[in-house]
Formats: sequence, structure tokens, C-alpha cells
Amino acid sequence: MNKLILGRYIAGDSLIHRLDPRAKLVLSFYFVGIIFMANNWQSFSMLLIFTLGCILASKISLSFFLKGVRPLIWLIIFTVALQMLFSSGGQMYWHWGIFKISEFGVTNGLYIFCRFILIIFMSTLLTLSTAPLQLADAIESLLKPLKAIKFPVYEIALMLSIALRFVPTLMDETAKIMNAQRARGVNFGQGSLIKQMQSIIPLLIPLFVSSFNRAEDLAIAMESRGYQGGEGRTKYRVLKWQTTDTMAFVLFAVVTVALVYLKN
Amino acid sequence: MTEVIKVDHLNYQYEAQKELNEMALKDVSFTINKGEWVAIIGHNGSGKSTLSKNINGLLAPKSGEITVDGLVLSTETVWDIRRKIGIVFQNPDNQFVGATVEDDVAFGLENNGIERKEMQERVRDALERVDMWQFAAKEPARLSGGQKQRVAIAGIVALRPEVIILDESTSMLDPEGRDEVLSLIHQLKDERGLTIISITHDINEAASADKIMVMDGGQLVKQGTPAEIFALGEQLVDMGLDVPYPERLKAALKKRHFDIPDDYMTEEGMVDWLWQLNSTK
Repeated sequence: MNKLILGRYIAGDSLIHRLDPRAKLVLSFYFVGIIFMANNWQSFSMLLIFTLGCILASKISLSFFLKGVRPLIWLIIFTVALQMLFSSGGQMYWHWGIFKISEFGVTNGLYIFCRFILIIFMSTLLTLSTAPLQLADAIESLLKPLKAIKFPVYEIALMLSIALRFVPTLMDETAKIMNAQRARGVNFGQGSLIKQMQSIIPLLIPLFVSSFNRAEDLAIAMESRGYQGGEGRTKYRVLKWQTTDTMAFVLFAVVTVALVYLKN
Repeated sequence: MTEVIKVDHLNYQYEAQKELNEMALKDVSFTINKGEWVAIIGHNGSGKSTLSKNINGLLAPKSGEITVDGLVLSTETVWDIRRKIGIVFQNPDNQFVGATVEDDVAFGLENNGIERKEMQERVRDALERVDMWQFAAKEPARLSGGQKQRVAIAGIVALRPEVIILDESTSMLDPEGRDEVLSLIHQLKDERGLTIISITHDINEAASADKIMVMDGGQLVKQGTPAEIFALGEQLVDMGLDVPYPERLKAALKKRHFDIPDDYMTEEGMVDWLWQLNSTK
């Protein structure tokens, strides 16, 4: 349970860590978009070098990024294999029935593999170098224009930050309930799949009940501290756009131009 | 002395009590003066917490009037009154709104639309006051119960209230955390002339109050100084309350015709008195 995505943030003080979370969020999405423009080995190697450069600048060990690939490894192998075995064109190396390995298939497979790695590395970099709370702030800030159409941006942001704040509290609670139920003879993680699913019920029900009680307490505490919704609230945490953030955008523009130039 | 809180013939009924024709608060009237420390005691379900929630408008009274610092509680004044009254609740986790210590202290200030610059100063002042500034960027999960309650107090202090209500705020803490929180509240009260209303099960905590109010079955049955209240002895026990050990000892000694002073004594005070008993004769 410690491997929860929200807890992946690794504190640090690198250039990447200090970037405005809004810049990081927007640029990560943008990068995933432009990856699909790459279609030859020159463009892919340029993107790979760029990504590795970003990782180096974050001063986070590469092993964390490789760990990010692990849960998706079967998906990657499956997709790459599909590409290799079923696309044709160019020189044929091997074939058996409907399966064939051709020149095009191999290169396509490699490209897809690179695409996966690039997307995983870049998004891992975002979550490793940005605290969840900062991401929540960034989302709030980026959603602000939606206020014009009465979208409750403040409320959503507060919900996000409260949810993040209660993750460790609820994890503690889960551990406590598990122990309490174990003491009453429940076996977690043993027996058939159905047995295991059944053993979740005595865990979930008390957790739900106590979460609702917490929510009620929290609502009372918030009201007694003067919470009346988003209107008229000031903000304690403020995101500051710096020159380095603008520079990051310029850098990505350069990468885009290079990519357009290098691709077929 | 000026009155800070005046409660006049307050009645309250929970939705679920309507059919049973029961009342959570029955004709409660009292006044609390500025700078007083008032303890409200009573067994579970006696209406203590309901009373505190009525005072800051979290629950709407069925009838009666509540005046806080000259303002009569109504839908128009409720937010002003909430700024004057801070409540520290029982569960340290369930009142921690912010993702970090400083965010939590800032929460009340944000709600009141305080400007950011002043907000930063007030957050820092309040956290330094409760000796938690070095934890400003920490998440609540890394704090002890007592530390979380101190942050809750900082969040209230930052709003500069007149009254702090302790709604069983120390009941989930270990003895150390309890002492930590109570001595802090004592200091704050003296420094800033705050009025403290402490709702408590802890009879020893109540003993150090200026005034004790005893609730039973939604009614305010007795109020007086700790000495007056504890002199009731058996009557308190009948209401499901405990009498502090020195008081029980005093009552027992009185039965045996020892000449014992009437005012309330702590356990140490009692010991001091006891070992001087024969030497002064």
C-alpha cells in the first residue's frame, strides 16, 4: 500500500523541482502530444536524449524511472510483439503462417517501444518531482478560466487538497481495522479469490462508516472556522511564475522545431 | 466585569427527538464574564457539546437568545460570532483541514478574506506562539496528537478571538499531550485576556477553573466555584460524575471532625496540608 502513486514524490531542490507545477503539468502533456510526431530514428533519439537530460537535471536516480516502467511491462511487450508479428513491408526475415517478422515490423515495434518509454519517463518525472499538493494547486490555477461557466474551481481544489491530506490518515485507519479484524480471525490475502474478496468486506464497511464520521466532524470544524464556500476567500499558497518557467517553454519550442526538422 | 457570553432561556431539540418529545437543552440561562475560565461538566448526553454548538451557531436554537460580545446570534451575525469564538474539537485529525501545518493555520484566515501579506505574518506569529513554527511545512501525519491540537489552537489564535471553547479537546491525548495543551491555553488566556469555556470529563481539569457549570439531562443544574461544586459530593456522583480524590478525602476527614479549609485543594496541596496538620497544633 506504500506504493500508492500519490506518495511517489521525492523531495529535492533541483531545477526541475523548482519549476512552477503549472509549467510542468502543461509541458508534460504537451510532450506526450509531440512524441507522436517522431517517426524516424533521428527524431526518436533526439527525444530520448532530451528526456534523459531532463531526468539528469532532476537529480533523481534513473532506477526510480525504471521502476515506473515495471507495472506496464506486459502491456509494452504485448503491443510491441503485435506490431512486430503482424505488420509487413520491406525485407522479410521470418514467417510462419500468419506470423511474420519484417523490416517494417521491427522498426515499428522499436518506435512503439520508444514511445512508451518516453511517455512513462516524462510522466514519472512529473510525479516524482512535484508534490501532490503542488499538482492540486496547478490544476486549480489551470482550471480557473472555467469559473466563467460556473464550474466550482475553488471547491474542486479544496476537495483535492483535503483528499490528499486524508490519504495517510485513512491508511493508518485501514491498518488499524485490519489488525482489529485479524484479531477476530479474518484472514487477509489468503484462500481463493472469492475468499479474499469476502475478507475485504469487514475492512471496507468500518472504513466507510468512520470516513463518514470524519467527514461530518471536518465539516463542523470547517464551518466553525468560518468556511462559507469559495467566494471571498483569499489564498495562502500562491504559485509564482519565474523566468525559468518561461525558459522551459522556450526549450520545448526549440525541441518541437528540431522534431519537425528531423522527422520524415 | 463585562459579559462576553449571555445565554438566555435557550432550548434546543434534535430532529430525532421531536417524536419522543425530548429536549437536548432545556431552558439554559447563564452569563460568562470576560477573562473567566469556565468548565462545563456532565456525563455523556447531558447536553454539553450541544450547548457549545449552539453558542457559535453551528446548531440553531429552538428558542431563546444568545449574545456574544454584544452581538445577538442570528443568521446575519453568525459569521462575525464565529470569528469571536474558536472551538478546539475532540479529534485532532478530524479538524485538520490543511495539507500542511501552515496551510491549516491559514485556513481560517483564508475564509475571512485576510490579505496574503497579513496572513503570512499572522500564521507565523500564531505558530511561534504555540511553539510549532519549526513544523510549518510538515504534514499532519507526522505530528503527535498534542502537536495537532496545538496547531488547531494556532489556527484559532491567528483569528484573534475573544473566546476559546475546548470541546473535550484533551480527551484523546496522552497525559503529556494534555498537559502541553492545557498549559498553553492557560498562558494564552493570561496574555490575551481570553475567555475559556472548557467542556470536559476530566474532573481535575475542571478543578482549576474559575467557575464550574454542571449539566444534566439538558439542564444547567448547578454552577459555582470548584469548591462549591465539589462540596456537593454525593449529588455529583448521582449525576454520574466523579469527585476528585482530595475532595473525597476531605469529606471523609470532615466526618471524623477534622478542621479542614473549605476551598478546593489539589492533590499536592492536600499532601502539604496533611503533613503540617499535627505540627501546627
